Amino acid sequence: MSKRIDVSGLSAYYGSFRAIEDISMTVEPRTVTAFIGPSGCGKSTFLRTLNRMHEVTPGGRVEGKVMLDEENLYGTGVDPVAVRREVGMVFQRPNPFPTMSVYDNVAAGLRLSGSYKKSELGDIVEKSLKGANLWNEVKDRLNKPGSGLSGGQQQRLCIARAIAVEPKVLLMDEPCSALDPISTLAIEDLIGELKERFTIVIVTHNMQQAARVSDKTAFFNLAAVGQPGKLIEIDDTERIFSNPSVQATEDYISGRFG
Amino acid sequence: MSTVVAEKPTGSMQGARLPKWFTVALAAGSAALGIGISFAAGLDSSIQWALIAAILFIVGTYVIATVVEGKRQAKDRIATSLVWVAFMLAVVPLVSLVWTTVVRGVKVLDVYFLTHSMGVVADSETGGGIYHAIIGSLEQVGLATLMGAPIGILTAVYLVEYGHGKLAKAVTFFVDVMTGIPSIVAGLFILSIMLQFQMQPFGFAGSLALAILMMPVVVRSTEEMLKLVPNELREASLALGIPKWRTILKVVLPTAIGGITTGVMLAVARIAGETAPVLLLVFGNPFINNNPFEGAQASLPLYIYQQYAGGTDASYDRAWAAALTLIAFVMILNLGARAIARWKAPKTGR
Repeated sequence: MSKRIDVSGLSAYYGSFRAIEDISMTVEPRTVTAFIGPSGCGKSTFLRTLNRMHEVTPGGRVEGKVMLDEENLYGTGVDPVAVRREVGMVFQRPNPFPTMSVYDNVAAGLRLSGSYKKSELGDIVEKSLKGANLWNEVKDRLNKPGSGLSGGQQQRLCIARAIAVEPKVLLMDEPCSALDPISTLAIEDLIGELKERFTIVIVTHNMQQAARVSDKTAFFNLAAVGQPGKLIEIDDTERIFSNPSVQATEDYISGRFG
Repeated sequence: MSTVVAEKPTGSMQGARLPKWFTVALAAGSAALGIGISFAAGLDSSIQWALIAAILFIVGTYVIATVVEGKRQAKDRIATSLVWVAFMLAVVPLVSLVWTTVVRGVKVLDVYFLTHSMGVVADSETGGGIYHAIIGSLEQVGLATLMGAPIGILTAVYLVEYGHGKLAKAVTFFVDVMTGIPSIVAGLFILSIMLQFQMQPFGFAGSLALAILMMPVVVRSTEEMLKLVPNELREASLALGIPKWRTILKVVLPTAIGGITTGVMLAVARIAGETAPVLLLVFGNPFINNNPFEGAQASLPLYIYQQYAGGTDASYDRAWAAALTLIAFVMILNLGARAIARWKAPKTGR
């Protein structure tokens, strides 16, 4: 049940500072799209505009359109809470709720947004944990605190928590940057499986990771510090990494700057 | 500098160290010398000899450590000694206070004392009890907490989670001002309202004044606790499509509940010992009055004051016993708060 994202003319601000400028792109359903680019170029900011998390930051403001299939996320009368149920998010640092058990963490989205049947909850939790490749590791400790898991397990717990509410799109903001190579591999495998069901957008600083997991890659850059970030190009991952159409992309990928 | 060497250094990073028993030995020596000097000089106050001993200890530490270990280690030892002295200065009065209260308080503290009022007992007679005062204190403090704690916690939630503009700044400013209100002023404020309506003293009026005193303390401590909740948790919850109010209720507040409980309990402990507003608004009553909404009531701090003012041996004993009860009451509250905080605190599961 994944959906297409169609962004046009999108700019995001922090107060009066314009962080990203005039971005347009299309993300096809059931694909993985990776955002790469130097720090401060607005990748994360752009990602957070896709589920209206940008405006949670004080002073955060967005102009432009983000279409999720036929619906504009920034249309009048659109409820950001409803948007976030459609577009889930996984953060850079694993952030399970410390007061909740493994089970409660996964069930949190359903329980607290108030739309679930009690009889189905157990099944959904099991399905989500299996979907995040975590079930076998935690099935005997579902009632233990989620913060007692290892970092990699915690991050997969957060993924399970995000997919339990059945979003259409899954946004991942550097999901592996705090993890070791083994845990990273587990998450990358997981991304490959999840793209059968969700549209996935992932921000990463690791270009090999982008090359490994994504179908499309978007390169962001900024002219100078204090200037807004821009989308330089978006293309098939293979093309970006072999024969990009913009010189700056090639320079960045080959390590000549950044 | 180092001419006297306790242990021969072998490597370049190894310096001479004073042995472990040095501090204890020096402390004992200073104490002995302090007492000796005091006797010789004819000083009979224990505070004087303690001060002399403390000065001897600090100077001795510095001199010997400088000679043996060098300047930097000597400074380290001085800092350690000063921290210990500060610790003693804080603990000695506390221990002394608790000790005096316990020793004097247990004299008449028994089941009879806890279950009877002062109804037909004159100040000069023995007997009587504090049942009426306990009832009064529990009701007044309980009602004050029921009003003060929710308002305080909700104000803190507003300040941390919602308030950004001028209103939040104004609220913060007035909370600061409220923290400094003397309890008698809070009492007079309620009294002026009572006089407008020509009301007689009653327990709930005291609760109102106590709630005023409690609120800023609760706001401040809750605010600090909420600020400690990592923003990532709020974002994680919002990103799941959970509305903001449920995020606050189910994620933010449970994460901070331990600290919030402790803060509320400290505020309760503070108002439980307030005498001035109770004196003005509740007035005191030697008989049992279970109704906080009608008629004068007693309360523990007020009872202590009145018994002490009674001026007889019997009433002094009762005052000390009541003081001991009040301290025990606050102590039990604190222990309860600790238990709740530990029980509710985020678990690591290791």
